Amino acid sequence: MLQTLYDKLWDSHVVRTEPDGTALIYIDRHLVHEVTSPQAFEGLKLANRKPWRMDSVVATADHNTPTTDWDKGIQDPISRLQVETLDANMREHVPKVYFPFLDHRQGIVHVIGPEQGATLPGMTVVCGDSHTSTHGAFGCLAHGIGTSEVEHVLATQCLVQKKMKNMLVEVNGQLGRGVTAKDVALAVIGKIGTAGGTGYAIEFGGQAIRGLTMEGRMTLCNMAIEAGARAGMIAVDDVTIDFLKGRTFAPKGEMWDRAVKYWRTLKSDDHAPFDLVVQLDAGEISPQVTWGTSPEMVMAVDARVPDPEKERDEVRREGMERALVYMGLEPNTPATGIKVDKVFIGSCTNSRIEDLRAAAQVVKGRSVASNIALAMVVPGSGPIKEQAEKEGLDRIFTDAGFEWRQPGCSMCLAMNNDRLEPRERCASTSNRNFEGRQGAGGRTHLVSPAMAAGAAIAGHFVDVRSEF
Amino acid sequence: MEKFTNMESVVAQLDRGNVDTDAIIPKQFLKSIKRSGFGANLFDAWRFLDHGEPGIDASTRQLNPDFVLNQSRYEGASILLARKNFGCGSSREHAAWALSDYGFKAVIAPSFGDIFFNNSLKNGLLPIRLADSEVDRLFHDCEAFPGFRLKVDLEQQTVSYLDGSHVFRFDIDPFRKHCLLNGLDEIGLTLRHADAIRAYEEKHKTEQPWLFS
Repeated sequence: MLQTLYDKLWDSHVVRTEPDGTALIYIDRHLVHEVTSPQAFEGLKLANRKPWRMDSVVATADHNTPTTDWDKGIQDPISRLQVETLDANMREHVPKVYFPFLDHRQGIVHVIGPEQGATLPGMTVVCGDSHTSTHGAFGCLAHGIGTSEVEHVLATQCLVQKKMKNMLVEVNGQLGRGVTAKDVALAVIGKIGTAGGTGYAIEFGGQAIRGLTMEGRMTLCNMAIEAGARAGMIAVDDVTIDFLKGRTFAPKGEMWDRAVKYWRTLKSDDHAPFDLVVQLDAGEISPQVTWGTSPEMVMAVDARVPDPEKERDEVRREGMERALVYMGLEPNTPATGIKVDKVFIGSCTNSRIEDLRAAAQVVKGRSVASNIALAMVVPGSGPIKEQAEKEGLDRIFTDAGFEWRQPGCSMCLAMNNDRLEPRERCASTSNRNFEGRQGAGGRTHLVSPAMAAGAAIAGHFVDVRSEF
Repeated sequence: MEKFTNMESVVAQLDRGNVDTDAIIPKQFLKSIKRSGFGANLFDAWRFLDHGEPGIDASTRQLNPDFVLNQSRYEGASILLARKNFGCGSSREHAAWALSDYGFKAVIAPSFGDIFFNNSLKNGLLPIRLADSEVDRLFHDCEAFPGFRLKVDLEQQTVSYLDGSHVFRFDIDPFRKHCLLNGLDEIGLTLRHADAIRAYEEKHKTEQPWLFS
């Protein structure tokens, strides 16, 4: 029978299936961070249970960690307790590897997994974080779980799951200059909506996807959850294999050859049936800017903020009106007419070396506009920061007036001190423009790294294709 | 988990689509290492006019009189009526904990975020998917009739008007239903298959040994 990549990943991890289709799925890699794990470890302790296989666990502290003044430690006592709780849990139950706060390899959990070769093709990967879909870029079945499921995986190495449906998002043709994986992700969400992928595992395919680097593929799969799909994935090819070769936890020697042979089977069979196929023409995708409070509220940079009066669906119209009030925007304002106050380049979506290079290319030799209160770059991990510094990217940013920070989740969700003040408007390379996401009352516009850099230089959104 | 029993309650309605888990429980409250106490900050940015932080006594806060949950007609509601894609976004189980801690036992919507849906089921909070037209009717009646109540029968998988004039059926996986009705600990159930897990693990190790090195 012809199988999709998702079918193959699912089948190879089924431990047993109940008559109603509910299955027990084995988990190969469990990523753990400080926010969604303390209650899970406490639950284990209360039930007098032991973790099943701690060598499947890769852990780090990322959500709460500060991006400045590391020598002063974590100032907020509640955040500090949460990070210390993870430290204590990792001392009691020793994982495969733990990158604590201040470790030079510490970083955003979805950045360090692939970076260390701890995310490998064919794996099932879970984490108490919805952006776990990122790891699907490696031909993995990867998705976010809640804390009860974190506890379940710790205790049993399995998850109770119902199989999802298959969706293929095919992006044909070639992306134009200045158009990135982030723009593809936002264009897909604009097309199918934030609930479009609910109940599906999405496979991204087509010429434009094959042409993406691993960094780009991670950006795209990262945003699958913003389309409602818990899992996004991309077939394994030479790009995947070249990226992984030589990474710390990737197999070596004869084992590597054996693994690669298997990994090359991790693609959908020709003509495998999908429940839904969505097609986009890469050539028609422009750089994207969100205008509202849901990632589906998105427009091309050469477009205008939509007018709710033209929306016929009442619930949608009210949603648009509410979003425009929150965002402080008028209908029909051109995207390039929107001024920003802050710029954030970072997050598990866009904080990898390629993202920093793309932003630096725009910034080089220029200065941050005078109306920008803060422009910051937060690398995804210690090694990315070191690499960027080796390439001189940090100087390009700081010379232009950007702040160059320590790695972490930072202003993507503003659990640490990096946040927007009420009514502040931000060009952000993160993944969610929800109300209050980057700080209570803050206004987020999701864009690519190059677009965020362009907004920092111009003080408002610009079309990076023509301006830089 | 407590057993889910048949219930009848006033219905509170939240008439907006794509209510995300950041809205249900804002990030500053995720710093807690406990499972309880999140109800005080449910929908914090909408329920209160002032900014909430962990540790602030809720009784000193300024309520937003316009927010539905602050209106007396919805007091004591254990059923929340919502629009499509409720609970989208972040995987934080704190969202389910907050709704449950506040007193909700069921949420009715045309669709839910997948992760939130799962999280709810593990906390005795029943997410009920009904058709758009059925949800539209419920919103209409909830608005039109102060004190509007519904009955939820999980055994029968129905949501019904007290006078029996409307009965809506909903789907739920038999396994999830069984766990909810009996208040079962899923980990305990899975561990009954520990031998099958170990057998799978041995086979998996032979086929892909690099996953275990």
